[in-house]
Amino acid sequence: MRDVPLVSVRDLRVGFDGLPAVRGISLDVGMGEAVGLVGESGCGKSVTWLAALGLLPKSAQVAGSVKLAGEEILGAAPHVLDSVRGGRIAMIFQDPASSLNPVHRVGAQVVESLRLHRGMRGGAARAEAKRLFDLVGIPDAARRLDAYPHELSGGQNQRVMIAIALAGQPELLVADEPTTALDVTIQAQILELLGALRRDLGMALVLISHDLGVVAETCDRVCVMYAGRIVEEAPADALFHAPSHPYARGLLGALPPIDGPRRPLAAIPGSVPDPNAMPPGCAFAPRCAHHIAACDSAVPGLRPMGLDRRAACIRAEAPVRAALVPA
Amino acid sequence: MLRFLGFRLLRAIVTIVLVVTFAFVVLRLSGDPALLIMSVDAPPEAIAAFRAAWGLDDPLWVQYIRYFNAIFHGDLGRSMRDGRDAIVLVTERIPATLALTLPALAIKIGIGVPAGVYAALHRNSLADRMVMVMAVAGFTIPSFVLGLILVLVFAVQLGWLPSGGQESWRHAILPVITLGVGGAAVLARFTRSAMLEVLGQPFIRSASAKGVPWAAVVRNHALPNAAIPTVTIIGFMVGSLIAGAVVVESVFSWPGVGRLLVVAVANRDLAVVQCILLLVAMTMVIANLIVDLLYGALDPRLRATRTAGAH
Repeated sequence: MRDVPLVSVRDLRVGFDGLPAVRGISLDVGMGEAVGLVGESGCGKSVTWLAALGLLPKSAQVAGSVKLAGEEILGAAPHVLDSVRGGRIAMIFQDPASSLNPVHRVGAQVVESLRLHRGMRGGAARAEAKRLFDLVGIPDAARRLDAYPHELSGGQNQRVMIAIALAGQPELLVADEPTTALDVTIQAQILELLGALRRDLGMALVLISHDLGVVAETCDRVCVMYAGRIVEEAPADALFHAPSHPYARGLLGALPPIDGPRRPLAAIPGSVPDPNAMPPGCAFAPRCAHHIAACDSAVPGLRPMGLDRRAACIRAEAPVRAALVPA
Repeated sequence: MLRFLGFRLLRAIVTIVLVVTFAFVVLRLSGDPALLIMSVDAPPEAIAAFRAAWGLDDPLWVQYIRYFNAIFHGDLGRSMRDGRDAIVLVTERIPATLALTLPALAIKIGIGVPAGVYAALHRNSLADRMVMVMAVAGFTIPSFVLGLILVLVFAVQLGWLPSGGQESWRHAILPVITLGVGGAAVLARFTRSAMLEVLGQPFIRSASAKGVPWAAVVRNHALPNAAIPTVTIIGFMVGSLIAGAVVVESVFSWPGVGRLLVVAVANRDLAVVQCILLLVAMTMVIANLIVDLLYGALDPRLRATRTAGAH
């Protein structure tokens, strides 16, 4: 399918004070591919990428492997990571207003990236910053370069963040809940922008979100995470039409239907297990409607479900039949 | 901006008037200068004459109005002890005090800020804990205790430095260190917590995420933000340049404004005490004004609310 993936994560494990937050994630992102990472807050989806880029505090314990075009970057020397971060893999965050330095002008914050990754200075850097502002749809770009973050709206600040991310011409953009802090109308604009930039620039995109709808619109492939593990990985369409894992089914059931009669939304009973007291087998077992005794004996690994999808559930079945099984 | 300055100036004047009024009332309620200066056994006629001469037998409010009227005419009164102008007595002591407080301020900033930054960057390390232990010690030991310990060790035991007086620059070393240590400790603690607060902000992580090397993240992103609260504390220190050495000047027999104040209070030398307090209030107010202006320079968010006319 793909030769060497752009980014290849293998058995990534992250712990804080001995408590595991990510329990062995393996994941590939191909050149130009858009991958969604979905799950409840605290399931480890952001931590996975913060760990990959070495952005976690030193107290975090990180193990496993993250390769960028075949080269290991996990635990790489600081100067290697500095050139990867922003230069090859850029990352934007949930709250754009607090992700920008309040005492520097937004233009200067873009120029800082241009200087670091493309050696641009002075007038050339400013001209490029203005071009990037135009590209991400900031109106009156030349004047906005001199604004401070507090003078811009949340949506505009997120566009600034995207411009900063694009400044290094990265091969992959990791967007961590990029629309969660924004108004609904702005959310759609930002997602549209991310999609368009990906198409135009041929950049890969990892979209981290707790919102299935957001991911469905933007991504080719989706990984559903639960309690620090990937429980299902499938093409976006396939996942939405026929989720295999009971948790993925539960997530979809919690979405309001766009057409058809109104129905009460199905909440998933119970809550995410306490990291101190993980169930012995499948982490989702205590909340699962399809739970059987065998679920508690061992942690289920990801099993292929047909050609291009995998699920970590001993009761999950191949998609054709799964679609027939009532959720 | 003009409106902001005008508002601040008005507030400054109110502050000064309140300080002076408070001093005026407290001083006059807390003892009779006539008795203190003339001694209790003086003949009653002499005491009455002294009171009449200084206007002390008028009602308090008459004295108060007379005092303010004099201030507005540039007259800060005369010392009841030697009859010289209070302002002259006080200003001739200022250079001696600044000779202690200015180098001490340099020590506070020069040691306190770097120590705090270093401790924050190496949080929970051995160095951090040592800085914090020293800061807590420096902050908790009263300056007269520290002064006496320094005298005992360096003057009495080792004989390296003089224990008091003002004859040479060597006489200034111990009082300057005594003054500087406490302030450096306060500043180290404060800078550390300001840095830790800033280092936990999302924009620090996003600066790292865009590939800024850590040293530059600290220099260009963390320090300018941590400077905003730290400047407040430095402002207080600047404000206490004139009167911040009362205890230390007494311990080291240093003839500065602080010792003049102690003597003047003990003698109820009203004009001198009030003159010093007025001077102190003005220094504080000016230092605060400078801090406010610096805030604007350091923090664009404040600049915005000021041009909008809000406070």
